[in-house]
Amino acid sequence: MNEDNGELKKMMIILSKASLENVYAAFILANGARMEGIEAEMFFTFFGLEAVNKKKLEHLHVATVGNPAMHIPTLIGGLPGMEALATSMMKKEMEKLDMPGVHEFLDILKASGVKLWACKLAMEMFHLKKEDMYDGIGGIITVGEFYKKSSGKGTHMMFI
Amino acid sequence: MDKTISGKTIQVNEEGYLTNFSEWDKDIALAISQEEHIEELGPKHWKIIEYLQDQFKQEIPLSIRKIGKSGVVDIEEFYALFPQGPLKKATKIAGIPKPASCI
Repeated sequence: MNEDNGELKKMMIILSKASLENVYAAFILANGARMEGIEAEMFFTFFGLEAVNKKKLEHLHVATVGNPAMHIPTLIGGLPGMEALATSMMKKEMEKLDMPGVHEFLDILKASGVKLWACKLAMEMFHLKKEDMYDGIGGIITVGEFYKKSSGKGTHMMFI
Repeated sequence: MDKTISGKTIQVNEEGYLTNFSEWDKDIALAISQEEHIEELGPKHWKIIEYLQDQFKQEIPLSIRKIGKSGVVDIEEFYALFPQGPLKKATKIAGIPKPASCI
C-alpha cells in the first residue's frame, strides 16, 4: 500500500453472480466509489450478465439455498415460492432505505460515470446480443481489454 | 476546531465541515469551493447549495438518488458541477454535515 501513498484511484468490479444480494453489493460499491471521487468500472460476466440483461434485470432473486445467513433451513429454502417471498421481503426493506431498483440503480451508475462492460465470452455462451442488454453498456469486451482498462497506479480489482 | 476563512473564524470538524451552520455565509462558501478546486460558483451551484441547506433544515437525509429526483439538477450534471465526490463537496460548501449515506 506504499505505492502512491496507497491512494485508491479506481475500482474495477467484476460481477459474476446474479443473486440480488451480490448485484446490490457490486452496485453499492461502484456507486460509493464515485461518491468519494474514485473512478469505477464494472465487468459483467457469467451469471452477472443477468444484472444487465433487459429481460432479466428486474426479476433477480435473493438466494435462499446455500446461504446460511438467511437462517432458513436448506430444505425449506428450496420450496417453491421461497425465493420470491424472501426477495419481496428484502425489496421492501431496501425501499425503506431509499435503495433504487436494479434498472434505476443502473441509470444512477451510468449518470455517475461508472463504465459498464459485458464479457464477450459469457455473452457468446448465453447467446446474447448487445440489443439484449441494458442500453448503458459501454461495450462487449474481452478479459484482456478489461485488464488494459485497469492499468495505472491506484487501481484495485474486486471479484464478486 | 477553529478555522479562519475569508477573514472570519468559524468552527469546523476534522474534515473541514462546518459544525455550526449559523456561521455560514456566501463568502465562506466561495472560500471553501476554492479549497475544493471548484473555480467558480455559478447560478446552478447556488441553486444546489440552497436545496441542500433546505433539506438539512428539514432534517431530510441526503443521497445521490434524492438529488437526481430533486428537480434541481440531474445526477450527471451534479457530478460535472462538483467533480470528485459531488455530495461530499457540495455539502461542505453549503456548510452542512457530510452525509452518512452510501447511496
